[in-house]
Amino acid sequence: MPAPAAHTVKAFDEDVRQLRAIIAEMGGLAEQGLAEALRALRHRDAEAAMRVVENDNRIDLLELEVENAVVQLIALRAPLADDLREAVAALKIASVVERIGDYAKNIAKRVPALERGGDIEPLSLLPEMGRIAGEMVHLVLDAFAARDPDKAVEVCQRDKAVDDFYNSIFRTLLTHMMENPHTITQAAHLLFVAKNIERIGDHATNVAEMVYYAATGERMSERPRGGDAGSPPR
Amino acid sequence: MTTQAADAASSTKIVARDVSVFYGAKKAIDAVSIDIDQDHVTAFIGPSGCGKSTFLRSFNRMNDTIPNARVEGSITLDGKDIYSSDMDVVQLRARVGMVFQKPNPFPKSIFENVAYGPRIHGLASGRAELEEVVEKSLRRAGLWEEVKDRLNESGTALSGGQQQRLCIARAIAVDPEVILMDEPASALDPIATARIEELIHELRGRYAIVIVTHNMQQAARVSQRTAFFHLGHLVEYGDTRAIFTNPKQERTKDYITGRYG
Repeated sequence: MPAPAAHTVKAFDEDVRQLRAIIAEMGGLAEQGLAEALRALRHRDAEAAMRVVENDNRIDLLELEVENAVVQLIALRAPLADDLREAVAALKIASVVERIGDYAKNIAKRVPALERGGDIEPLSLLPEMGRIAGEMVHLVLDAFAARDPDKAVEVCQRDKAVDDFYNSIFRTLLTHMMENPHTITQAAHLLFVAKNIERIGDHATNVAEMVYYAATGERMSERPRGGDAGSPPR
Repeated sequence: MTTQAADAASSTKIVARDVSVFYGAKKAIDAVSIDIDQDHVTAFIGPSGCGKSTFLRSFNRMNDTIPNARVEGSITLDGKDIYSSDMDVVQLRARVGMVFQKPNPFPKSIFENVAYGPRIHGLASGRAELEEVVEKSLRRAGLWEEVKDRLNESGTALSGGQQQRLCIARAIAVDPEVILMDEPASALDPIATARIEELIHELRGRYAIVIVTHNMQQAARVSQRTAFFHLGHLVEYGDTRAIFTNPKQERTKDYITGRYG
C-alpha cells in the first residue's frame, strides 16, 4: 500500500503524525510491560514486578492524550474517508492498548504470591506464549502506523498459536492441581496469567481488525482465527 | 464508473448520456453520463474548473445564453430530450428552476419577486390566487413568518440569507419539478447556511434537487447522492455516506481528504 500523499494543509499531517506517535508509544509500553512482567514472574523478582505496576500509569495518561488528540483532530480538521477511519480507529485502539497494559499489570501483581513454591512445568511455557502475544501487539501497531492491512491479517493468524498455548497450559495446570493439591495456589495464579496472555492475543486481534478497516474501508471477513479457546472455562 | 448510484431504488428524473460541453474549442465536460434521482438530493463536488457548474447549467439549458457554448450528447427530463427543437426553453426553465451563488432578487417588492414567475407563466388567475401562491412559496422557503408583514418592502432590503430564501421561494413559485442550486450558501454566514440546508432537507422529495457545493461537509450533510468531478470527467458517483467514508477512487479520496495536488 503506497503512502498517502501529503495533505494540502501541512498541519493536518503533523496532527496525524503526532497521534500515531502517541499510539506507538502506548503500544511500546504495553509490549514492554508484558515482557517485563513475564521476566519478573520467571525470576520471582517482586521489585521488577512493582515497576511494571507503576509504569502502567504512563499508559493510562497516554490514552487520555489520544482521546484529546482525536477530539481535536475531528473538531479542527473535519477528517473524511481514510483519515476519519484512522481517527476513529486510533480512539478505539488506545482503549484496547490500555487494557493490554492492565493485563500486564495484573500478571505483575501475581509475582509476590508466586515467590514461594517451586517451579512447575507450565511456568516454562508462559514466557514463550507471552513472547508471541507481545509480538502480536508489536506487529499490529506497526500495521497501524503503516496502514498495512496485510500485516493486520498476519496478526490475526498468529492468535491461533496463543490460543493453543492457553489450551495446553490449562490442561497441564489442571493435571498438576489434581495430582498434587499443594500446587493449587500457584497453579491457580498461573492459570490467570495464561488467561491474561490469551486475552492480550485476542485484543491484538481486535486491534488488527480496526487497522484493517481503517486502511481499506472493508471489514476483515472470515477472520482467520485460531481454534476456539473457549473449551476450558473462561 | 457507474452511472447510477448503486442502491438507487427510486425513480429517475434526469438522464444524461455522453454529455460533453464545449466553450469554443475547450471541452469543459467530457462524455458524462449520470442519472438524477427524483427523491434524493444530489451533490456535485470537485475542484474549481472541474466542470460541475457547467454540467449543472446544461440541465436547464442555461449554457444556451453563453456565446460559443455547445452541448453534445443527450439529456432527458422524464424521458423527453431537453435539447430537441420542439422544447420550449422558457417552459423548461420553469420546470427546472435555478438558485445561484449570489442571491439575485429583482429590485422589486418581496411580493413581486415571488409573484413574477406565476404571473408570466399564467399560473394564477386573479389577485387572491396569486397571493395564495406567494404565501405558499414563501412558507415552503421558510421565509413567510419573517416577511409576512412587509411584503411590499423591497426584496433587496432583506439580509443575504433571507434574499437567498426569497430566491428559492421565487423558484418554487412556478411549481418546478427540479431545483438546481449552484453554491447556494457560499456567500452566507453559518446560521443562514444552516437554514438553507434545513430548507433543502424539507424540500427533498417534493422536488428533485441538484446542488453544486465547494463545502465538503455541506455535501455530506444535505445530499444522499454525491458525484465527484475532476477535469471535466465524472470520477465517482454513489451513495453520499459511501463517498465520504470509503470512496472507491483514489482521486475522490485525495480530494475529499484535502490531499489534492
